[in-house]
Amino acid sequence: MNLVSNIPVLVIIIPLFSAILIPVFGRISRSFGWYISLFATFFSFIISISLLNTVLTTGKISYRLGGWEPPWGIEYLVDYLNGYVLVVVGLIAFIVTVFAKKSVEKEIDADKITPFYSVYMLFITGLMGIIITGDIFNLYVFIEIASLSSYALVAMGRKRAALMASYNYLILGTIAATFILLGIGYLYMVTGTLNMADLSRRLPALYNSKVVLTAFAFFTVGISLKLALFPLHIWMPNAYTFSPSVVSAIMASTATKYGAYILIRIMFSVFTLDFDIRVIPFNEILVFLSSVAIIAGSVIALAQTNLRRMLAYSSVGQIGYIVLGAAIANQLAMTGGLIHILNHALMKGTLFLVAGSILYMTGIEEISDLNGMGRKMPLTMAAFTIGALSMIGFPLTVGFVSKWYLALGALDAGMWPLVLVIIISSLLTAVYFGRIIERIYFRDSIGAGEDSNQIIGQSGQSEAPMSMVLPTLILAGLCIVFGIAAFFPVSIAAKAANMLLGGG
Amino acid sequence: MKEHIVVRTVCSILIPFIQLFALYVVANGESSPGGGFQGGVILGASIILYAIVFGMKSGRKRVSERLSDLLISAGVLIYAGVGLLAIFAGGAYLEYGALPLGTKKLASHLGIYGIEIGVAITVAAVMITIFFETARHEDD
Repeated sequence: MNLVSNIPVLVIIIPLFSAILIPVFGRISRSFGWYISLFATFFSFIISISLLNTVLTTGKISYRLGGWEPPWGIEYLVDYLNGYVLVVVGLIAFIVTVFAKKSVEKEIDADKITPFYSVYMLFITGLMGIIITGDIFNLYVFIEIASLSSYALVAMGRKRAALMASYNYLILGTIAATFILLGIGYLYMVTGTLNMADLSRRLPALYNSKVVLTAFAFFTVGISLKLALFPLHIWMPNAYTFSPSVVSAIMASTATKYGAYILIRIMFSVFTLDFDIRVIPFNEILVFLSSVAIIAGSVIALAQTNLRRMLAYSSVGQIGYIVLGAAIANQLAMTGGLIHILNHALMKGTLFLVAGSILYMTGIEEISDLNGMGRKMPLTMAAFTIGALSMIGFPLTVGFVSKWYLALGALDAGMWPLVLVIIISSLLTAVYFGRIIERIYFRDSIGAGEDSNQIIGQSGQSEAPMSMVLPTLILAGLCIVFGIAAFFPVSIAAKAANMLLGGG
Repeated sequence: MKEHIVVRTVCSILIPFIQLFALYVVANGESSPGGGFQGGVILGASIILYAIVFGMKSGRKRVSERLSDLLISAGVLIYAGVGLLAIFAGGAYLEYGALPLGTKKLASHLGIYGIEIGVAITVAAVMITIFFETARHEDD
């Protein structure tokens, strides 16, 4: 038995097995679904940490699925970049699963709880697979696993609008997946290989080929759709607003991250910087698009009255930051973009968990009903405040770290207008979170929402149950921990950035 | 279609052969056209044919919802389980050659059989489930 050498595949096998076992054990008792999910996400998280640790000490890990050699067989390759993203996804998946128990019991029909956890674990399997695989077709398969399960998850929302949101997401997601598949097909046509490392060796000779350019165009549009980059974001706000709280939390903090990961992987690992900058002015296009995304996301978020919809539009802007870091493509900005993958997952995770807790306790979804919540749910609202400050980019929080590196990178590249973009967006963020914080702490709750139940009416505190408050507070705490002790994630992100930019 | 005696008789004669053919396709998938997916579809189709001719209720009596749900999981479990067994036997995930089943070649053969059987079970069960779920309203 050599489980240790098989660790890279276990990170997928464990959630996959749990996704299959949940329907079987769920027949015995509904509570098994949550326990198995918790167990599986915990072990995936531990394994992803150990993978990252191995990568940091000994370098890349390559795993041959089925024992077939890489250019022919499927290879799982863990390097600085995906080792790091794996830990981010593993952490969020575990914490959100802890949170899920109560929230799912409340928001999902009793007979749908078992299928929910099964599909949820399938989604995690897909995420882990996307990140760890070194084979571009295998990547597509995992994208489909993650996407199909996320359509089902979104559709499980309480309101009927969830079905429409899921349907829109299904159509656009399928278009995106088809485009990615076409891109893969074109690359395979000219190179005859599907292994990413092999592709990056063979492609430079073909950079002026029209087929490769077409493939790249398909990849860009397909991935941007998955990523919800600004003009292609329209599926996202509805999907996040109407899905169950747990789903919006896990999707907002991981699903868009895998999009960002694929974009960075394709741009810098399959293609090279040489292609992105010299062959076509791709980076300039992306810098422009992501700047527009950053500003537009923040402006539209200002106009929202629904809490989760506002958070979704704020995600549109935040995704812009990650893409901006990749598009500027120098060491500092790339580090900033990569570190924002972790940071945004932490703060958006916190904020969506808070939204889930509020929904669980009071049924409130509208921002205007949040008056006086600071007194009713002090711990949850403290977490919200930390998350909000972090989104604004307040010093000592994670948001500041990523914006700092992005601004430095922009200056380094001589693109000083981008600093202006970052500052304007931070100010807008301050406005749209500021008005909520003002409601939470400085206004009395006169007209609480119609949905609010008796607990609120009895005045005084009505904090969410511990199993919901604790994960929220842990995520909020991490926003501060990694804001102060930023050197640790930054050092990993810097190594990954160095690797991607051809520093070896 | 319960009143059509010709259809009923022909189907009750044909269905066993359809299922036998499904097993044949599954068993030959590793060396000739066919395989778990195709065999599973044929197997599922035989049950669907039965339900169309003899009615949904008697169809569900043959393959209850509980059974088809269980089979969906069981098939994938067999697939993933064979892969995991390979790890326990000292190989990589899904490295059939490492299974302790005689020679490496024989082990590969049997390993792929295991996978094909798993695929066939899941595909058949999913086909059946999709049919019954989409046809449910007409029957109620």
